[in-house]
Amino acid sequence: MISVELAVIGGGPAGLCAALSAAKSGAKVLIIDKNKNLGGQLIKQTHMFFGSEKQYASTRGIDIPDILINELDKYKDKVEIITEATAVGMYEDGIITVLEKEENYFKLSSKAVVVATGAYEKALSFPNNDLPGIYGAGAVQTLMNVHGVKPGNKVLMVGAGNIGLIVSYQLMQAGVEVKAILDAAPKIGGYLVHASKIRRMGIPILVSHTVKEAIGKESLEKAVICEVDEKFNPITGTEKVFDVDVMCISVGLTPLNELLSMRGCEMKYIPQLSGIVPVRNENYETTVENLFVAGDSAGVEEASAAMVEGFLAGLCAAAKIGYRPKDFSERKNDYINQLKNLRSGPAGKHILAGIGQVSGR
Amino acid sequence: MRIEEHPILKFNKERKIAFIFNGQEMEGYEGETIAAALHANGVKVLGKSLFKHRPRGFYCAIGNCSSCLMTVNGAANVKTCVTDLEEGMIVQTQEGKGVIV
Amino acid sequence: MFEKTGIPSAEMIMEKFPSIERINQGAVAVVECYKEIPCNPCQTACKFDAIKVGEDINAIPKVYSENCTGCALCLSKCPGLAIMVVDGSKSLDKIEVKIPYEFLPLPTEGQIVKGLNREGRHITDVRVLKVLNPKSYDRTPVVTIEVDRKFLYEIRNIESEA
Repeated sequence: MISVELAVIGGGPAGLCAALSAAKSGAKVLIIDKNKNLGGQLIKQTHMFFGSEKQYASTRGIDIPDILINELDKYKDKVEIITEATAVGMYEDGIITVLEKEENYFKLSSKAVVVATGAYEKALSFPNNDLPGIYGAGAVQTLMNVHGVKPGNKVLMVGAGNIGLIVSYQLMQAGVEVKAILDAAPKIGGYLVHASKIRRMGIPILVSHTVKEAIGKESLEKAVICEVDEKFNPITGTEKVFDVDVMCISVGLTPLNELLSMRGCEMKYIPQLSGIVPVRNENYETTVENLFVAGDSAGVEEASAAMVEGFLAGLCAAAKIGYRPKDFSERKNDYINQLKNLRSGPAGKHILAGIGQVSGR
Repeated sequence: MRIEEHPILKFNKERKIAFIFNGQEMEGYEGETIAAALHANGVKVLGKSLFKHRPRGFYCAIGNCSSCLMTVNGAANVKTCVTDLEEGMIVQTQEGKGVIV
Repeated sequence: MFEKTGIPSAEMIMEKFPSIERINQGAVAVVECYKEIPCNPCQTACKFDAIKVGEDINAIPKVYSENCTGCALCLSKCPGLAIMVVDGSKSLDKIEVKIPYEFLPLPTEGQIVKGLNREGRHITDVRVLKVLNPKSYDRTPVVTIEVDRKFLYEIRNIESEA
């Protein structure tokens, strides 16, 4: 059994910021992450981030893990990191079970915990959606941006949210042709600056369209798409066929929340936050004492918000176990204001509506 | 199917690694996952589904969906999308659920 | 319509351009940011107080073209790649346009490349005057092209082939 003061589960943007914030307050932190390297999804984001200076706006996502890890290095004596370690359970007595490198299984007890496990990709149902060549957006990013391998030659992008638009741009940068971007919704869901960037490269965006079926023997060869009405019902006679060997399914993420429900947090299904999320207070503490949450596992949003939520949750978790530095109120207000700024525009309306339904405790 | 030059990224493809896929000799690079190395060699079909024997490849590439399970060095159910390629690895498509004993 | 296509209307585009008199005086930034999103690095980047977003980082950036020197620093900093610089002071029948270009192959000075409009359609050929890619631009090169004046409001992108 390992006993620590503050465990952060997940070393992506939210987790790294939570650890940094808590260490800054003086707490001893353990970060565990299932991947070999820290950074979570940041390691694939070749584009510049939005937000403001405090959230590293204009910095490429791929450069942010190093920035955060270098910051963490300043607190070397307070921060321990175990990678290739998956938290496989969180029990009612607070014990966390961890499997490291598939061989070392151990129990972890911690005075406070920040869960920052992120989210996973949703899938889409249509005939032959299991053909090789049909990949999630994150998979395409991993292949291209982490391993330098082209996912294929001709791509149909399904989903025109930020991820669909950004990954389409990244595919073009990797020398892969994007034939079209579809979205079943009647309008483009992502930032329109991303959409404009894509359109000026000649890539068509087809709203009110969806995938009808995929065609191929051993792998994807063609995709049949069709138009949908306001109720998302396919309109017969509108079918079009695309010759593509890759279909990138980018229809949204949903929180990775198993540890939280297992532990007994009060959970609610909130569509605006993209899934089942824990009820929490303004400190991002769940209904379980000293268990905090931050990032996409608290509600799918953006990396900029994930980082600030991480800072806030880490600060408050450390305070809960006795580490309340002189600048606690100043830091807390700063983080709350940053989140307010990120969410006060039209892009943040649905997030605020979602958060309004899970604020309690 | 490798990206030779990229406007933003530089790929660390230094050490070549030889491995065997279903009896065929192939090459990959140190630091790659098995699934990525296979994909770079044009191998998209990683296995067959259990009951209808439909071709399957990876989907999430991050260890969540279990679509990429293969037999590696005799061990069954290896998540090839999150397992690093090693010199001399013997990678095989798995028949059915694989033998774990 | 914009929300369906990603293409701004002619009215929307004209609102972002300063007067032709200002464009003929010298290089000036055109910030094609039409919707409120939480983002303000353009304001942070500008050394001449020519772009303001303000307290609320969701506000649409406002360009003070009287302060703008057309230095194009904001071009490489805008995460949406929404900014370009236009200059009508160099010649009577041509406009110089600076755009961010994050693709390979990077064009070379003197090269003739395809000029594309906002729909990615090839509307004319343009000559590449300069390609700047210093470390400070963090891998967002800025390409200066020369295009016939009549395409001022249409030209938006280039296509550089190997």
